[in-house]
Amino acid sequence: MTEELISWDVQDTVEITHAVGLHARPSVKFTKCAKQFQARVEIASEAAGPWIDAKSIVKVMGAKMPQGTLLQLRAQGADAQEAVRSLVDLVNSDFEEAKDVSSNAV
Amino acid sequence: MSPPTQYKGLVASAGLARGPVFVVEAPAVSSSGTSFSAEELQGALLSASTQLSELMGSASGEAAEILEFQWAMLEDESLSEGALAQCASGVSADVAWSTAMQQHIEDYEQSDNAYFQARSSDLRDIRDRVLRALHGTEIRQVPPGAVVAAQDLTPSRFLETDWQAGGGVVLTEGSPASHVAMLARARGVPMLVGVSELNLADLSEGTEVLLDADAALLNVEPDAEALAGFSQKLSLQEAQMAAGTALLDQPAVSADGVRVQVLLNIALPEEVRTINPDHCDGIGLMRSEFLFNDGPPSEEQQYQAYRVLLEWAQGQPVVVRTLDAGGDKPIPGLNLPSESNPFLGVRGLRWSLKNPEVFRVQVRALCRAAVHGALKVMVPMITHPSEFDEAQQLFQEVARELEATQVPHRLPPLGMMIEVPAAALAPELFAQAEFFSIGSNDLVQYLTASARDLSSVAELCDPGHPAVLKVIRELTRFCESSGQELSLCGDMGSDPRYIEALLHAGVRVLSIAPARLGATKLAIRNIRAQP
Repeated sequence: MTEELISWDVQDTVEITHAVGLHARPSVKFTKCAKQFQARVEIASEAAGPWIDAKSIVKVMGAKMPQGTLLQLRAQGADAQEAVRSLVDLVNSDFEEAKDVSSNAV
Repeated sequence: MSPPTQYKGLVASAGLARGPVFVVEAPAVSSSGTSFSAEELQGALLSASTQLSELMGSASGEAAEILEFQWAMLEDESLSEGALAQCASGVSADVAWSTAMQQHIEDYEQSDNAYFQARSSDLRDIRDRVLRALHGTEIRQVPPGAVVAAQDLTPSRFLETDWQAGGGVVLTEGSPASHVAMLARARGVPMLVGVSELNLADLSEGTEVLLDADAALLNVEPDAEALAGFSQKLSLQEAQMAAGTALLDQPAVSADGVRVQVLLNIALPEEVRTINPDHCDGIGLMRSEFLFNDGPPSEEQQYQAYRVLLEWAQGQPVVVRTLDAGGDKPIPGLNLPSESNPFLGVRGLRWSLKNPEVFRVQVRALCRAAVHGALKVMVPMITHPSEFDEAQQLFQEVARELEATQVPHRLPPLGMMIEVPAAALAPELFAQAEFFSIGSNDLVQYLTASARDLSSVAELCDPGHPAVLKVIRELTRFCESSGQELSLCGDMGSDPRYIEALLHAGVRVLSIAPARLGATKLAIRNIRAQP
């Protein structure tokens, strides 16, 4: 992908702790969440890229990010801040699969 | 020469079915010269997507999640942009789509992560659905009561089909040990596999066929005599079923008054929904690997699944077998070794002990669920006592950890499967095990050195071999003196051909497929437990 001259409004990183990484169920949730925002959002498994569209499940799944990946996020647009925060929260919650046990976590 | 009318196969699920044959075929890319345009491809994408969203509406749980994933992939323009570009340069849309999807499929197949590899089958599903829409061969609903004929059948296609009105399955490939075969046994749907002589193209759809999955025969052109004989057999079976159903609420007692405990083998908690817990003595085998079908479940998902079963059982025992990965059971998301001989490799507890990060989650979920009923846990594929010790230590460690963080929990009684001949022949090595459960499917394949997934040696993989009964007899004798509980949870326990021999060998606890409950109680009633 050719790198365009974009000034990204927000950048962040979050570790994927889910047991199999960004697989089918989490990818569905992740891209659904990203699509709620107007902002352009991209992710990568390394800061150097390749960066992919966080709203495309074909690309997000295709990146096959395993558990332990330090997911890089960047966004540009009016709601960029909120978009990145929501996505980071989603990853941190293990894609809401283990929500109810988080209080019991050791 | 005209094709034969009778075909022989392997019994994957016993029973009789008579109905119109229905062929489920994978669609092929047309080579007929018909060319499809980009617009037609877009129409097909849209209709495939509509089909999926309709299916999603009527599915629940895991099935709904798989469908949603496929739908989301299909909705994503980047899946089809390559194919559409090809169309623009004059390639027929079906060829362009198949080629583009093939790249995606290969990309997933080449992943070194088993979970992502397994997704290639979803992409094949998507590819075929769109091709069907393009060619105008919509995915057809199996009519009620039909005998489905296919090369192989996916578990999802099996689950999508309504079996209430009867019907059966005939596969030219497949194995009695496959997941779809297990589902068929659980639902009581007659199924023959490995009917290799059958050419699906020879079948004329809609004609009535006779599937005798007791005698391992399919008759595709029954004459009057065959029909009459089958009707007789069918009404006899129906009468037996009715007699068995009438016995459902009775305890299983043999002709000479011996009470036999009959428990159920299940894969997913949903299966017990329609079963009255008073009709059985609990769950003797919950195959927990089925919870891993869409990648490893979280601790909470597992906890909920076990809890549902315990609450359903109303105080009766529920025996959960810890993850039995490996062998013929590839599990998405788990890194299973590729071995030349997986049945003799890292499977069952061997795998779990090497992958504590996955096993620990299951142990935590089990210890937490144990407060909701009479949970018992057993570990599969034990060969050496040190493996059992290691598992036991992990349970104790997890219980201490839960204690320290004040999470409600209980340490469930820990037992083991007896499948490996080395354990079957030396049960005295396993004094720490609180109970034993004979996994006859694996024990038989290991004793006869005949892989259970190979149709070419299926006849040798014989539960009726005297060596099998000899080993079981020795085990029951040993347990009478050691005081350890013993049960049997393989398919042998519900096969009318072996129940008498098992009771004679001293087995008093059987765990069987739910669909076999009535028939098994009836069989027990008609035989003497004492030889």
